[in-house]
Amino acid sequence: MSIIPGVEPWAVLSFAAIIFFIGLAGLVIRRNLLVVLMCIELMLNAVNLTFVSFSQIHQNLEGQMAVFFIIVVAAAESAVGLGLIIALFRTLRTLDTENLQLLKE
Amino acid sequence: MSQIQPVFFYFFAGVAIAFSLLVIFKKNPVSSAFSLVMVFFAFAGIYALLQAHLVATLQILVYTGAIMVLFVFVLMLLNIKNTPIDWKGTSLIRIGTTVGVSAMLAVFFIVSFKKANFVPASGLFSPERVDEMGGNTQVLAELMFSEYILPFELTSVLLLGAIVGTVAIAMRKNKRGES
Repeated sequence: MSIIPGVEPWAVLSFAAIIFFIGLAGLVIRRNLLVVLMCIELMLNAVNLTFVSFSQIHQNLEGQMAVFFIIVVAAAESAVGLGLIIALFRTLRTLDTENLQLLKE
Repeated sequence: MSQIQPVFFYFFAGVAIAFSLLVIFKKNPVSSAFSLVMVFFAFAGIYALLQAHLVATLQILVYTGAIMVLFVFVLMLLNIKNTPIDWKGTSLIRIGTTVGVSAMLAVFFIVSFKKANFVPASGLFSPERVDEMGGNTQVLAELMFSEYILPFELTSVLLLGAIVGTVAIAMRKNKRGES
């Protein structure tokens, strides 16, 4: 018995883990702020998939409620994040994270 | 029907992994954004395979419909020049450590998921019972408006705060302090 017929649960969970760590690597490696924000979205999606697959494994739909709230928070987060990026670009004319060192000085 | 579902899962998983690697390795942020759209569609397909119909729909509507349009809109608004590959300037040690640690952690998780051997338990909402109660969307909607009504209402406060905050942050102020 499996959550998708013919696919073991660990395959789905492993897939979510792979996507999460691809997002994590991109978050650290990339220096363009927009791409960093995209990598955060990637990681949030991986977590959503983990929630859904565990909700199917335990046959309990409350995991999918959590996904609903995560999607709402992700939408709010990306709206605020993009607003911050616009404000930053307006003052510094750059999106490179290496140049964002105002607090260091 | 049950024979073809693994093929779909591995297809969507392959597409998602390939395009999420493209998100990282494309130097142009616009290509990254459109690769991310493909990742989101693949995720929606996997949610549908997992019988999570509402989540699959929300994924397409909210992520690809709203969030990615916002991203592309900001990309067009800022009109960023095609910068040289921005991770070229980062030190090789940092890239190597990051990739190594991420790969190690991913392998660790995969091995532990494989060892854990999750057996689907019979819970409150078995697939047959969900079908009986009117399908995934109806059951989730009933949960949302009974047990989770307070968090659901609080999300409206969160969204209102996000709207006000975004407008306050992004608003251009002139010298005299008038917006």
